[in-house]
Amino acid sequence: MEKETCTFSYCQKPEVVEVETDLLIIGGGMSACGAAFEATRWATPQGIRITMVDKAATDRSGAVAMGLSAINTYMGENDPADYVRYVRGDLMGIIREDLVYDLGRHVDDSVHLFEEWGLPIWKKGDDGFSLDGFQAKDAGKPMLKDGGTPVRSGRWQIMINGESYKVIVAEAAKKALEINRQATGMEQNHFERVFIVKLFKDANVENRVAAAAGFSVRENKIYIFRAKAICLGAGGAVNVFRPRSSEEGKGRAWYPVWNSGSGYALGMQVGAELTMMENRFVPARFKDGYGPVGAWFLFFKAKATNSLGEDYCANQEAIAEAKAKYGDYVDKMGTAIRNHLMMRDMKLGKGPIIMRTHEAMQAINKEFVEKLGEKEAKKKIKHLEAEAWEDFLDMCIGQAGLWACENVEPDKQPSEIMPTEPYLLGSHAGCAGFWVSGPNDLGAPAEWHWGYNRMSTVDGLFMMGDICGASGHKFSSGSHAEGRIAAKNAVAFILDHKDFTPTLNKSADEIAAELYLPCEIYEKYKNATTDPAMNPNYIKPKLLQARLQKIADEYFGGCSTWYMTSKTMLEEGLRKLEVLKEDSARLAAADLHELMRCWENYHRILSVEAHARHILFREESRYPGYYYRGDHDRIDDENWKCFVNSKYDVETGQWEVKKVPYVQLVD
Amino acid sequence: MPSYVITEKCDGCKGQERTACMYICPNDLMKLDRDRMKAWNQEPDQCWECYNCVKICPQQAIEIRGYQDFNPLGGNVIPLRGTDAIMWTIKFRNGTLKRFKFPIRTTAEGSIDPYAGKPEADISRIKEPGHFTQQGAGVTMPTIK
Repeated sequence: MEKETCTFSYCQKPEVVEVETDLLIIGGGMSACGAAFEATRWATPQGIRITMVDKAATDRSGAVAMGLSAINTYMGENDPADYVRYVRGDLMGIIREDLVYDLGRHVDDSVHLFEEWGLPIWKKGDDGFSLDGFQAKDAGKPMLKDGGTPVRSGRWQIMINGESYKVIVAEAAKKALEINRQATGMEQNHFERVFIVKLFKDANVENRVAAAAGFSVRENKIYIFRAKAICLGAGGAVNVFRPRSSEEGKGRAWYPVWNSGSGYALGMQVGAELTMMENRFVPARFKDGYGPVGAWFLFFKAKATNSLGEDYCANQEAIAEAKAKYGDYVDKMGTAIRNHLMMRDMKLGKGPIIMRTHEAMQAINKEFVEKLGEKEAKKKIKHLEAEAWEDFLDMCIGQAGLWACENVEPDKQPSEIMPTEPYLLGSHAGCAGFWVSGPNDLGAPAEWHWGYNRMSTVDGLFMMGDICGASGHKFSSGSHAEGRIAAKNAVAFILDHKDFTPTLNKSADEIAAELYLPCEIYEKYKNATTDPAMNPNYIKPKLLQARLQKIADEYFGGCSTWYMTSKTMLEEGLRKLEVLKEDSARLAAADLHELMRCWENYHRILSVEAHARHILFREESRYPGYYYRGDHDRIDDENWKCFVNSKYDVETGQWEVKKVPYVQLVD
Repeated sequence: MPSYVITEKCDGCKGQERTACMYICPNDLMKLDRDRMKAWNQEPDQCWECYNCVKICPQQAIEIRGYQDFNPLGGNVIPLRGTDAIMWTIKFRNGTLKRFKFPIRTTAEGSIDPYAGKPEADISRIKEPGHFTQQGAGVTMPTIK
């Protein structure tokens, strides 16, 4: 098809806003808020300007927008080395132990700040039962930093009343930004509803990031931010595979539906090296509503079984069969292996898989009555019931709604659980992201630290949260802490490169034309047919997304093939993906909201391509339960206990994929 | 629809440039129909049911109707978010009602002073591990043994 260009002959030309700053923070979630808080303290006395740009409203942006019922990474009395062992076990043996250890030794400080700022954290009462954030305060329980005892739902998790978690963290970040703005004399340094879609390298200095460009989703304006360093925290990729839901329920993604792979795509556009993009996460969650199961498993000690009442994780035949293919990794019973064993039973027709919430509640009831007597037990059970519902109401309200619609009371009946569609992320139980420089004091190989902690292979470009690779299980608190680490090091980088002036080799007009191409295409062709929705000259973002999801699902191991793929399947899918990428140059947007969807889905395509190329390169099934290479259905430590890293050249479309040795730092 | 707007209750935030729901929706779904001065959800299948529009609406004009591709009719979940706590009312399809109240914050909204009582950052130590708070408090950062 003929290549379309935007000359603003059809759509209105946007106003161009150019912003000069020193440190640009892209994103507004936990890592970006951590970056703003830490950077302000280091940068402001040095006269360094900080700017944050968020696609949404920072009070409710990112993965914690709805709230959370737990903080999943809090060391407390634990040794960060044990945290490394746990993360390594869950991520099938291959992580950057320097990054994970570093996170472990930094994370608690962020949790302590959250509590100071007003986040209610459950504490253990004198009778051993839990107190919510208010009860703990009333009972005079000390804060965590002063030795307060949190309520652990697992070794690393603590329970919170987290409806306003993000609002609280955002308030501190916004105040920090304002302190920096006033001190440095910027007119504005916090931009909401501006969606960054492209990064640019410097025109003069090789391999150096210089600028970011995006547009307002509210006004006819594009923004070009020039910066000496960029902290990128734009999240992972959701709705890249065809979801199990077919209509409205597509919005009920397990991970935030607005995480569109922008974090990956922005870094890829400037050639930052990726790592472990073959990794994905397929959470097992309550069916359809995708409500969290962690508290039910860990806190209420509920068991999951197949419909015959059998614990599928204790099936010796299944375990022996898994061990023959996946070796000793099976013994760790990590998230992927548990998924694998669940899916085996589902494929044998032993589903639905059931979370036995009712039996867990009955067991607790019995225990309480024995311990406390009938009357006191009743009070405690009521509190416990509230805790169970709060788990959903804090972080997955749709699941509470589904139970209400289905008349499910968890203490009376069990609920079905199910593996979801795949997600790409690096802060939850996944590790897909960029290869970054680590700390230099943890004994890591020299090539793992090139001077600035969390800096990517592109100078001045720092990665945090979901897109900082090979270091999963950071969760909300760890993402905040990682944002702080990245931003502090970005300030150090700026101080070491004071004379640098970021320069673009593209004009503002050229950038405006590129960003607004989908608007130009729509306006040019919309009247060619009687219905602008049915038009052969362009593709709307919704249908481009559907095509992407279909390719990913059918060829790259989505739900419809039971997460199974192979060399031949991947190659065929990649051929189709190439054509889709070509067609993305024909995306059409009727308004700014659709323009946002166009760019989001372009970002999704790049993320999925990286994922597929990595799976193709890694000739084994490292993550059974997440995906399988049918042609190499085993874990092959001899050849593949290594990182897979890659680089994408956005100009030529070429990929370089390679092995990078894994080095164990913690025994 | 996830989120839907009750015609009678919505006042379009009284003609302000943007409504509360438009301001807060993380996925840019809420729109204001200026002719009717009513808000609406322009893309229900991209709604996460995060309830931020429901919680923020000054008229309590927004509710959620469960995704119909898997939710039976008849249940709903309604929050009432105050300054320090949130009240939830869950109505089951069979009429059962459950009410819960949970804390949301222990400090007054807007009261955070991010650096109160915190040490300054020591710029000579910027390349050493540790947040400025940890360095300033004299925390020894552990290393792998």
